[in-house]
Amino acid sequence: MTSFKARLLGTVVGVAVAATFAFGASAQETIKIGVLATLEGPFAAGGQDGMRGADLAVKERNGMVAGKKIELLKASSDAKPDVAVNATRKLVEQDKVQIMVGPLSGSEGIAVKDYSKTQPGVTFINGSSGAQATTLVNPSPNFFRFNSEGAQWMVGVGEYALKTKGYKKMALIAEDYAFPYSQVQGFMAEYCRLGGKMTQKLWVPLGSKDYSSVIARIPPDVDALLIVLGGSDAVNFLTQYEQAGGDKPMVGGSITVDQTVLNFRGKRRESLLGTVSAGPIADAYDGAEWKKFVADYKTNFKDGFPSPSLFAYVYYVNMKAALDALDQVQGDLSGGQAKYREALAKMTLKTPTGDVKLDENRQAIASTFITEVAKAPDGQFYNKVVTKKDNVDQYLGMSKADFEKMGLGSRDVPNCP
Amino acid sequence: MSAAQWRKAMNFSAATREWSGGRATPPAVLRARSGSTQPPARETPLLTLLWRQVSVAHIVVLLALLLYPLVATPFFTFQIGAQALALGLIALSLTFLAGYGGMLSLAQMTVAGIAGYAVAIFATSGTSEISLGWPWWLAVLMALVIAVLCATFIGWLSVRTEGIYTIMITLAIGVAFFYLAQQNYAVFNGFQGFQKVVPPELLGFYWRDPVPFYYLALFWALAGYFFVAYLIRAPFGIALQGVRDNARRMSALGFNPTAHRIAAYAVAGLIAAIGGVLMVWYNGLITPGSVGTSWLINILIIAVLGGMRHPIGPFLGAIVFVLLQNFAVDLVDRERFNLLIGVVFLAIVLFSPDGLLGWWSYLQARVKRTGGQSQARRSATPKSGS
Amino acid sequence: MTRFWKWFWGLVAGVPIAVFIVWALADNARLFLVTTLNGLTLAALYFLVASGFTLVFGLLRNVNLAHGSLYLLGAYIGWVLGDWSDSWLLAVAGGFVSAALFGLLLQVGVFRFMQGQDLRQTMATIGLSIILADVMLWIWGGQIYQFDPPRWIVGSTTLPIVGKFPTYRLILFATSAVIGIVLWWFLNRTRVGMMIRAGVDDRAMLSASGVNVQVVFAITFAIGAGLAGFAGVVGGTALSIAPGEDTRYLLASLVVVIVGGMGSVVGAAHGALLIGLAEQFGLAYAPTYGIVFTFVVMTLVLAFRPQGILGRRS
Repeated sequence: MTSFKARLLGTVVGVAVAATFAFGASAQETIKIGVLATLEGPFAAGGQDGMRGADLAVKERNGMVAGKKIELLKASSDAKPDVAVNATRKLVEQDKVQIMVGPLSGSEGIAVKDYSKTQPGVTFINGSSGAQATTLVNPSPNFFRFNSEGAQWMVGVGEYALKTKGYKKMALIAEDYAFPYSQVQGFMAEYCRLGGKMTQKLWVPLGSKDYSSVIARIPPDVDALLIVLGGSDAVNFLTQYEQAGGDKPMVGGSITVDQTVLNFRGKRRESLLGTVSAGPIADAYDGAEWKKFVADYKTNFKDGFPSPSLFAYVYYVNMKAALDALDQVQGDLSGGQAKYREALAKMTLKTPTGDVKLDENRQAIASTFITEVAKAPDGQFYNKVVTKKDNVDQYLGMSKADFEKMGLGSRDVPNCP
Repeated sequence: MSAAQWRKAMNFSAATREWSGGRATPPAVLRARSGSTQPPARETPLLTLLWRQVSVAHIVVLLALLLYPLVATPFFTFQIGAQALALGLIALSLTFLAGYGGMLSLAQMTVAGIAGYAVAIFATSGTSEISLGWPWWLAVLMALVIAVLCATFIGWLSVRTEGIYTIMITLAIGVAFFYLAQQNYAVFNGFQGFQKVVPPELLGFYWRDPVPFYYLALFWALAGYFFVAYLIRAPFGIALQGVRDNARRMSALGFNPTAHRIAAYAVAGLIAAIGGVLMVWYNGLITPGSVGTSWLINILIIAVLGGMRHPIGPFLGAIVFVLLQNFAVDLVDRERFNLLIGVVFLAIVLFSPDGLLGWWSYLQARVKRTGGQSQARRSATPKSGS
Repeated sequence: MTRFWKWFWGLVAGVPIAVFIVWALADNARLFLVTTLNGLTLAALYFLVASGFTLVFGLLRNVNLAHGSLYLLGAYIGWVLGDWSDSWLLAVAGGFVSAALFGLLLQVGVFRFMQGQDLRQTMATIGLSIILADVMLWIWGGQIYQFDPPRWIVGSTTLPIVGKFPTYRLILFATSAVIGIVLWWFLNRTRVGMMIRAGVDDRAMLSASGVNVQVVFAITFAIGAGLAGFAGVVGGTALSIAPGEDTRYLLASLVVVIVGGMGSVVGAAHGALLIGLAEQFGLAYAPTYGIVFTFVVMTLVLAFRPQGILGRRS
């Protein structure tokens, strides 16, 4: 290659590269919103649905808010906090988004919250991360979470399991990390207080697929099992439990019997019917808004799940909050986004499942559904609503002092053998 | 025994690169040149040696590195520049071990992670129940000491293996440490790991700001680079290469190959530990995911990408890796980053096992050859007739 | 190792194990027996996956780190076939054949040109595994896939003391035993098997005696990959298929083959037994650190007896 050709090629490449970066500084009439979800690794299916939820919120407004065009910039992580922070940093510092929605998983959420403290000029809204510590420990003034977290999702189940179903003694099988800890705390805080006994806690290391040994350790005299496993682990456990001849009724965590598990590609397991669970959504909820949301999801996403999953819904709620607040302040993000943040902190967000307000740590006070798995006439499994609890806050109905005495959920907190 | 005497004893002639006995030449991937046309380090004063090495290219690159933050945005300085330098440092330890020592260890990121965890545990972090809150300099010192000890231990376990087996044992050690860090809450805080692990405020600078952190990373990267470049020419490094090529002969000459190899692991461990401290400060956190299989393999990819023949290789590889990681989302579908990295890595392994450096010398050779050919053609007078 | 030391180490390892067995039986006999059975059946699955890996290494000296990806590929393609035809047996056959074909392609198209360069081959397999993992994620998404075997396979069998035990795991054990025997017969009683064994011992002589070594290599790699794909369908029926399974089974194969001895199919059986039992007992009696223990065993074996318990120093 002659030197002239080389120089020409170099110039062309250089201009192209510069153009790509310069393109980042686009027109003033758009509002750039970054969205982060886990599109790689074990949560990939949830991440894809989360993106669908965010897209739906934007579609509802036809891509415009307060007279400006919405530009969504998407990024992906693989549920690792360092990858999530890198991706967020790129969106915030390189692509110059003004509002950031994400991430998906709990530990990523804590890392992004810490990062948000270094970027006071950008507003961070949660995606679906559900760790308690994100808003309870060192909360960040510009990190807002419009979805309830893992512990809040299980409020009300303890009482239902003990009083209505009559499960006086239970055993726990859950994965050994933060999200199940919070779900177990949400359940047991109530269950223990009302006199229930959790005689055996079996913590399974993350990533194990073979539950046969754990199943063998289940005490024979318990009334029911509390299962807090997610995704393919839940599917494996249920299959293996049935094959090992187990027949105890189950209480499931929020991601144990959600859409991704009820709709795995394979034969349905009849043993799932009747499983009690709880979470921020219920597929069969009767509300008009919810039905409209489900219908919109189905029309817009032919490749999605038969009913929107927890991730789709929660990303939708958070993105809706971002857009509703923008509408409220007429798109005014000046002055360090002060007016916008005040709008976010004080608004009552209308969601398909009820109203959501934020507490003093910018954490949502929202509704929780208690559900049971049932079979629809067409053979599909779904979660039918048993009852709906409103205004569940992050202190799980206890006073702040009592909650702080108990501490955050862990392997041994709470305990009532 | 000096390096010159060793070379004579081994019948190794720098000019011809011929071996008069012993094993066949090592595979291209692990062959490394140590610039043996230079006289050994002990016989020439260090400064003269350095002066002879420095060329225009070196000065230009150094200036570019020093002036980079002035032209680049904070994002580019921090996330691209500093991260590439820190990752390059960890990959440098792998290049040193593999290229010059013949030991391909996948546990370098583990050593870096141990240093990172030690900094988090001894200094302050978001998990105050475990972190001891010692002053930062003490924490870093402890981290380096612990990491070097662990690297020595890993070396002691791996030293009798070679080739594939070294890869496997170091992979096993890395995975064991990953599971240990994930399952243990008393020391490692399990799945959560440690957050808010940041460098201190010193001399009026907050060292995690983009520009100060970049210079910190640059300083240590340069230190690592020059250290390795010096070491491979010092008697220790030359003996290490001898051990790589023919351990039995070295042993017959009075060297102790096992001790040499373990010492190499320790030295590489020190370099990786410094890189690990930089990475934990860069991320501001450390979790088991930071030392999982994907990161162990990523360091290998970076080292192979750049080329294991010269200490600059890992830094080149790190720059390409970080650029791909950040901007692949703009070029291809956002989720397909892994596919892109895999394809690039496979292409390098298949077509240019010496990585970018090998490709660069191939290009240089081609340019020289075509230049030489056209010169020959021009100078040859065409014969008329038969 | 002299006889004295053999006895010494035997006692050091054996006595604690014996004590543990006695305690466990007294404490909860059912749990102990269930765990043993689980360990045996898990070992069966590990043997299936690892036998292909060790065969490829033994003859081709190729540490195929894409073995886990072949497992997953066979599982997915088997699932597609099973879903389309509603026949689980077709899925199993499909898993085997598709992985074998793909392995053949890899050997003939990629590895043949890197003969002798072990490290380079290994790194090529690393690159391939990354690519395959992402392509499979792209095609089949992050969802969980489960197979649909015939009813009689997935019931429970009642056994003495243990009570109900999954029938499928017993069938898995039987299948593994059958495959093991078939493999043994193939390697020891057929011409091709003889060539493979000869090649493991001395490749140059095999070539010198007129055998087309490349064909033998291709057949071996195809069989090894096919075994991985077969294990993918069979294992995926017990424990569902999802992204991430490839790394898990690759690491498991590595551990099994290291402990049992590289290049020896019988060694793979021994290694699988040891690791399967260790993993299940770890999960049952010491769940927090059970997984670490498995890798510690692998490290110790590699450090102090690199040829494995039954392998040969090459």
